[in-house]
Amino acid sequence: MRTRPNVLAGFGSLVWLFLVGLPLYVMLIATFQSRADYAANGPLAFPERFTLDNYVNDLNEGFGQYFLNTVIVTVSVVGIVLLLVPPLSYAIVRSRGRTTTAVFRLFLLGLAIPSQAVIVPMFYVISQAGLYDNLIGVILPTAAFAMPVCALILTGVMRDITPDLYEAMAIDGASSRRIFLQLVVPLSRSGLSTVVVFSALQAWNGFLFPLVLTQSAETKVITMGLYDFQTEHGVDIPGLLAAVVLSMLPILLVYLFARRALVQGLMGVGGK
Amino acid sequence: MTTATAPAVDSEQTERTAPPRGRSASEVGRPGFAWAAPAAVFFGLFAIVPLALVVVLSFAGWDGLGPPRFVGLDNWKKLLDDPVMLESLWLSVLLTGLGVLVQTPIALLLGVWAAGHQRNRAVLSAVYFVPLLLSVTAVSVLWRAVLDPNFGVPSQARWLFGDGNLLGTQAGAIGVLAFVGAWQFTPLHTLIYQGAARAIPKVLYQAAEIDGAGRYRRFFHITLPQLRNSIITSTILMVVGGLTTFDTVLILTQGGPGTDTTISAYYMYQKAFKSFDFGAGAAVALLLVLVATVISLVLVRLSGYDRMRSTMEGL
Repeated sequence: MRTRPNVLAGFGSLVWLFLVGLPLYVMLIATFQSRADYAANGPLAFPERFTLDNYVNDLNEGFGQYFLNTVIVTVSVVGIVLLLVPPLSYAIVRSRGRTTTAVFRLFLLGLAIPSQAVIVPMFYVISQAGLYDNLIGVILPTAAFAMPVCALILTGVMRDITPDLYEAMAIDGASSRRIFLQLVVPLSRSGLSTVVVFSALQAWNGFLFPLVLTQSAETKVITMGLYDFQTEHGVDIPGLLAAVVLSMLPILLVYLFARRALVQGLMGVGGK
Repeated sequence: MTTATAPAVDSEQTERTAPPRGRSASEVGRPGFAWAAPAAVFFGLFAIVPLALVVVLSFAGWDGLGPPRFVGLDNWKKLLDDPVMLESLWLSVLLTGLGVLVQTPIALLLGVWAAGHQRNRAVLSAVYFVPLLLSVTAVSVLWRAVLDPNFGVPSQARWLFGDGNLLGTQAGAIGVLAFVGAWQFTPLHTLIYQGAARAIPKVLYQAAEIDGAGRYRRFFHITLPQLRNSIITSTILMVVGGLTTFDTVLILTQGGPGTDTTISAYYMYQKAFKSFDFGAGAAVALLLVLVATVISLVLVRLSGYDRMRSTMEGL
């Protein structure tokens, strides 16, 4: 095919690059300046004196703790999802029972429920269970709301395993458990990594459940830390933006090293 | 990582699911319901039960302390007479519509452009992606700082931004909310279109080329019709996402100025967690889900997506 340069699209792509890059540039340079320098230089000028004080202050003022809480929530959510969803998807793909089909329908219905819709009763359920202001109270609903997309992804991957392989193992007298561990899990690796990335992103970036279900500093996750920082010292823009950078650092690192899995995990977000 | 899933199935469970002797060979090694049960119970408790309770609570009065009590249709009657509620629904729909209008053309163009395999396109696409990685909270906080009237970018470009207080008027605040939403979520839709554009059969373009069709004709007569299903998927995602926008409003405008950007999801939060009228909050939530479902169903119907017409027909 002829390949004339597409001038219009090329120009558009540069405009978009500018729009994406500008706030990220403002953010980065602001975090390396003192508050006074930032106010004096304005948001666009490149700083003359670099400092890491904003990051150090943020970490000393609780962000270390919030970071740790977020890690706890993320690891637990991923753990619960990995424990429950692969057996579920295996049953959906291979079971002949009607109940399993009904369960799958339930999860498909779950795809359409936004967390905003259930936040009021969630508050009721979690308070009744005595889990208000407890990280467990954040972990449980976050994991539940990550499950439908994960189930959909894994079910798709497991459907692609040829029935011959299942039957070959069954003829050898393998139990469901052996088939699951020796056939299904190894062949679903790509789906499993997508599921890990998707549920980790949901947990790391989650805001509504922590907002409504926690209140004290001990249970604050990093998104709540950002929100409270903004409400309490919104004028300290370099400090605030350093906190924003801290909150996104782990995801950016994963993006650098495991871009493919991350992009697939994000397409999982698209399925929501 | 894959081995981490091994303890998922305790031995007790597999014993129960092991097929009894004498069943036909095709039943051997088939997992029973017990494999799905833990996930089903967990999901039922923390997603389906709350969804059922939202209906119950919408007919109840509850201040968050004592037990909820049944009040019949009171919450619904109050809501339908509440001007802020009706305004909030209109604002939700307006913001969602704006989102679709802004994001769809940009995502289409960028997606089709990024579908090319050139190296520079791949690098730029990787950069475009960054906003999607961030939490909505981080993005909202970032833009609030960048748009700060005194210390942000508007202070440097008075010719463009006037007094710089973009969030001070209704039009400005709605514009900022739509823009920040587009800034973060356009890459998701770009990705959808990129994938779909790559799947369009090359032979269609070759045929058009032979017939002498130029770039724009090829775009409007081949690319766009071939992307029909993706356009619908992407629009439904935008509608559901737009109607449930919450963090952005809480952080950027707090529903203001006044109630000028109090969209339904934010109004629900205010009713329940600021005015402690949880029954009313539940009713708003339910109304919002109904509106989102109806709009999605209408979109699916109007577009003929439910009849699953393949874009591969005639090939």
